[in-house]
Amino acid sequence: MSASAPLIARRPRTKWFWSVLPGYFGFTIISFWIVAALTARFWIPYSPFDTVGSRLTPPSFDHLFGTDALGRDVFSRTMAGALYSIPIAFVVVTIGAFIGCVLGAFAGFVGGWRSAVVMRLVDITLSFPPMLLAMAVAASFGPGLTTAAAAMIIVWWPLYARLMQAQVLSVIRMEHVEAAIASGVRPGRLLLRHILPLCWTPILVNATMDFGQVVLLAASLSFIGLGAAPPAPEWGAMVSDGAVNYYFWWIAAAPGVAILSVVLALNFIGDRVRDILDPRKHQS
Amino acid sequence: MNAYRYVLRRLAGLPFLLLGVVTVAFLLSQLSPAEPLASILSERQLSNPEAVAAAKARWGLDRSPVEQYLYYVKNVFEGDLGISFRTKQPVIEDLAARLPATMELVLAALFLGVGSGIVLGVVAARFRDTVVDQLVRLIALFGSSLPVFWSGLAALSIFSVQLGLLPGPGRMNPRAAALDPITGFNTIDAILRGNMASFSDAVTHLILPAAVLGWATTGVISRLVRASMLDVLGQDYILMAKAKGSSGLRILFHHALRNALLPAITVIGYSFAYLLTGAVLTETIFSWPGVGSYAVESARALDYPAIMGVTMLGGAVFVLTNLATDLAYVLVDPRIKLQ
Repeated sequence: MSASAPLIARRPRTKWFWSVLPGYFGFTIISFWIVAALTARFWIPYSPFDTVGSRLTPPSFDHLFGTDALGRDVFSRTMAGALYSIPIAFVVVTIGAFIGCVLGAFAGFVGGWRSAVVMRLVDITLSFPPMLLAMAVAASFGPGLTTAAAAMIIVWWPLYARLMQAQVLSVIRMEHVEAAIASGVRPGRLLLRHILPLCWTPILVNATMDFGQVVLLAASLSFIGLGAAPPAPEWGAMVSDGAVNYYFWWIAAAPGVAILSVVLALNFIGDRVRDILDPRKHQS
Repeated sequence: MNAYRYVLRRLAGLPFLLLGVVTVAFLLSQLSPAEPLASILSERQLSNPEAVAAAKARWGLDRSPVEQYLYYVKNVFEGDLGISFRTKQPVIEDLAARLPATMELVLAALFLGVGSGIVLGVVAARFRDTVVDQLVRLIALFGSSLPVFWSGLAALSIFSVQLGLLPGPGRMNPRAAALDPITGFNTIDAILRGNMASFSDAVTHLILPAAVLGWATTGVISRLVRASMLDVLGQDYILMAKAKGSSGLRILFHHALRNALLPAITVIGYSFAYLLTGAVLTETIFSWPGVGSYAVESARALDYPAIMGVTMLGGAVFVLTNLATDLAYVLVDPRIKLQ
């Protein structure tokens, strides 16, 4: 008797390895930066704000990544910089997704003119290039880290509103919702218990994929001078210092690699989360 | 819904979106801490009561906020975006003077990004799940993860400072004779004037910023082309072509790629608009005298009229290219389902 072939072919072991490796890699890097954000102030060799050596010295044992134009230690500043980029991205994605989900769920659920108002607001916000709108908002509020975060939330929420509204509209047509309506479930409970639990997956996938983009946008705003104020060791602002003195490559090298590593790691994690939560989209 | 009705509906929505763009700019300018008159008049004119009264009347500053809004909309649609704090010029003139430089950079970046994206996508699909495929994936991932303001700096440092292969920032060699503009595109103007030295100067200055800016698009396009190539390569007519003995290359480029490029059209359209934003940072790094660096200089100086002008221009371009892309897609693929 011959064994019947399995219905679903198992992926070869090596392929599986390559598909999960980037996720672990990303997770390791992000863990490093989170630990750095929390503890850097205890173990960095110099103060990130003060002049601690001569100006513009190339990397050496005393200053691993060299010193900048004001004689500050680039290594200490880069490590301390994690405390800016990572929390900002977290705050922006969380609040942006929350606002977007609430408004999107509302629009999808109530329909009619109230939905139209929300969705036209979404259309108008999305009709700006994100970077330009964030710049305009940040400049209008006055430069600073908080206003930059607010500007990014304003740019980011509509994406989630659109996604959530589409999700609610598709779930609302399902049979179990019809059954719930027929058995007299009240609207609030219907939305919270019967509809929303089926809507989270794409939101979660998008939120993880967006993290990296938010880190990039935050760094870009600081690079322009609309984010963190000057002495702060924010990575984008540090690259900006390096851009002024681009003959001294080490000033911008470390913060740039830091941004790249965080964004890359977040993209790896985002891919992995999508594979796990949304297996249909996975194999192209 | 049939295609004509869809096109009409989209076109009918266009004025409302543009009005929305202007409205957002108005609201933002109301939020800004700057004295509104200061954004219209120069400092010297501010002490001249007649000029102040004229400006107040023109922008409705002595009226209610609703009337101010109506004046604002009217002025914007007449092409008056106010006077820049910094350059003391009408914002619209500043933008017009700087737009060709940005267009030249963005088109070059789009050309490099889309070209390399398509080639890499085809290669990745052909060598699916091999080292080559993984390598292409890595290139794509780096493209979308690199901060352009840093990769631009790194490119300058390597190719210009260390290796001396390409010129430093700027659009032309500052010591060379200035080119008399015809189109505002330095490369085209140089050809039109028959000036080969200027042409090579313009091209060598263009390579680095265009490559840095285009890389982000390479990633998106290559992923998309790969996916749709794999889709198409699995279809029966490809098998048929193989059975009839077509060569591998002919199947890839003649039979498969044509159909696989269809979904890429949308992404190319959208990436054009995104490149315009990416240009903001690239131009700053490369001292490229375009709209992007204008936006950054204005933002740094808190020059509100200029910032709002750039934002409105960006919004309008974004809305129009997205519309054009959607319409092109409908026209190219008659099977497309419209909602």
